Amino acid sequence: MAQGILVFAEQVDGSFRKIAYEAVSEGRRLADTLGETVTAVVLGSGVDGIAGELGKYGADKILVGDDPALADYTTEAYTKVLFDIVKDNDPRILLLGASSQGKDLSARLAVRLGVGLAMDCITLKLDGEKLVATRPMYGGKVLAEVALEGVPQMSALRPNVTEIVEAAKTGDVERLPIDTGVVKTRVVEKRVETASRVDLTEADVIVSGGRGMGGPDFSVIEELADDLGGAVGASRSAVDEGWRPHSDQVGQTGKVVSPNLYIACGISGAIQHLAGMGSSKYIVAINKDPEAPIFKKADYGIVEDLFKVVPAITAELKNRH
Amino acid sequence: MDTVVLLKQVPDTETLIQIADDKVSIRTEDVKWVINPYDEFAVEEALRIKEKHGGKVTILSMGPERAVESIRTALAMGADEGVLIDDPATQGSDALGTARVLTAALRETGYDLVIAGQRAVDDDGYQVPAAVAELLGIAQVSMVIKEEITDGKIRCERTIEGGTVVVETDLPALFTTQRGINEPRYASLPGIMKAKKKPLVKKTLADLGVDPSEVGEAPAKCRVKNLSFPPERSPGKIIEGKTVEAKAAELVRLLREEAKII
Ligand SMILES: Cc1cc2nc3c(=O)[nH]c(=O)nc-3n(C[C@H](O)[C@H](O)[C@H](O)COP(=O)(O)OP(=O)(O)OC[C@H]3O[C@@H](n4cnc5c(N)ncnc54)[C@H](O)[C@@H]3O)c2cc1C
Ligand SMILES: Nc1ncnc2c1ncn2[C@@H]1O[C@H](COP(=O)(O)O)[C@@H](O)[C@H]1O
Repeated sequence: MAQGILVFAEQVDGSFRKIAYEAVSEGRRLADTLGETVTAVVLGSGVDGIAGELGKYGADKILVGDDPALADYTTEAYTKVLFDIVKDNDPRILLLGASSQGKDLSARLAVRLGVGLAMDCITLKLDGEKLVATRPMYGGKVLAEVALEGVPQMSALRPNVTEIVEAAKTGDVERLPIDTGVVKTRVVEKRVETASRVDLTEADVIVSGGRGMGGPDFSVIEELADDLGGAVGASRSAVDEGWRPHSDQVGQTGKVVSPNLYIACGISGAIQHLAGMGSSKYIVAINKDPEAPIFKKADYGIVEDLFKVVPAITAELKNRH
Repeated sequence: MDTVVLLKQVPDTETLIQIADDKVSIRTEDVKWVINPYDEFAVEEALRIKEKHGGKVTILSMGPERAVESIRTALAMGADEGVLIDDPATQGSDALGTARVLTAALRETGYDLVIAGQRAVDDDGYQVPAAVAELLGIAQVSMVIKEEITDGKIRCERTIEGGTVVVETDLPALFTTQRGINEPRYASLPGIMKAKKKPLVKKTLADLGVDPSEVGEAPAKCRVKNLSFPPERSPGKIIEGKTVEAKAAELVRLLREEAKII
């Protein structure tokens, strides 16, 4: 009989991603409802040392696959190794994060396991032993409740929507032998920007600029983001103008983000932009046009020239530090 | 280099989405249908690969009759031929069911490379391409912003959180597109004229030898039980104040004291 919750905890270069703690916390919550255990899985190279950390968030057991062949993520190796672990452990529920890695991995693994997968979920609940997942569709215009067939019931959680809860458990670490099978994909190069700013999908605060920035100088926005410990985003227009890199774009054809606070500066609020940030907890809009549609979606709005008001906000924050 | 692009027709992103009476699907009457924006990048990239390496570009779609229009648009952009799998039995398929059908068609068309979108902006599923790659037993590379093909290998730059990774794998392979990979061309008038004469075949499950009990609603492992609209955001507060500084101070106060998020 399938039992327990298995959680894939994503790490990169020896540090857990925030989504790893979120997924373990969510696993703990479901396990408590079911009266079952949480087993976390950590794959990588040189990850023995960090694995135990997951006990703090509620992992009863942590399975570690530590092998040079897992140093960099490849779909083939990770799918094979995680598939074997799932087969050995026979969990009732399998959770992953819907990060770029988690989406790639979960989609392939679901087919190999022959089970349903609820991708990019914002909430999970239990109906008896059945997992009911809620996920946005149509760029967040609609929420779908989905039910899954097959064992394990598999879900990938959207980053930044689940609360991280500390719930110390034993967190016994067990190291597993690894067989990656044949891997035809090779990671040739990895470029991770060492910028102090956090990634958009994990950021608690995002300050975004649109066409209203009028040019590539985003310094007023960067200063506010720095002060709030946040990340800088952009509308597609700002990206199309070449003012910001594609990786900063928020929206239907950019990143989908769910920060606690999203500050849109000089962004009109087109439907495709809202598709990327509509699930933010709080939205602040700064726009000089009182008719801009963004104000309909914003919790707080300021009708002003952004170049005047954004520095004033930064100054006000500094005052109060 | 024979490339197959997986193309899905989806509602235009501007379309007002209305939930149908069955509560598990959307109303399709007033919807304007377009090529999934990520699949447009896929078509464009396939055309560029063809311009460089020769071969042909096939557009493959599973969907109803109306999807012909989207396939024609891709043919007008420059693709060589189209295949539409239109069979009522495919309705209600989940990602795996869809992938079974597309895989059967890919085995018929043949392929050196398969290009798909990273997600379809209707169900935002992010699953069909990986499922196709798994069923075909080929490598997949997700969210690619640059690719280069040499000697039977493909090198792809893909985006990850906070950076990019370059991976190399053997062909045949599948990759999915991400914004930044290219700017899709528009169909030219001569292109539109030519597209009318390009082959566009319609197939059913029987033509592909797919068992109808393997696709559609019945075997689906991920099923929508209910659709709802997200809670409306309550109308926000426009912050008033005599000066810019007063407005800024009031915003900071609200974020601290009312929202309690900073
Ligand atoms: C298929 C498709 C996909 C798309 N995907 C995306 C996507 O992923 N992300 C996205 O963002 N868009 C996307 N778009 C584009 C979208 O429709 C809008 O065109 C875009 O979001 C507009 O960007 P913007 O708000 O920066 O520019 P505009 O709409 O031009 O708005 C600029 C705003 O700045 C204000 N402003 C100007 N100067 C100042 C100032 N000094 N101070 C304060 N305010 C000022 C103006 O009042 C205006 O409201 C997509 C479109 C399509 C068709
Ligand atoms: N019915 C379909 N016909 C052809 N391609 C599809 C279909 N559904 C999904 N795809 C492809 O898979 C990608 C991702 O879709 P999804 O997994 O549904 O988000 C799309 O961008 C298409 O390239």
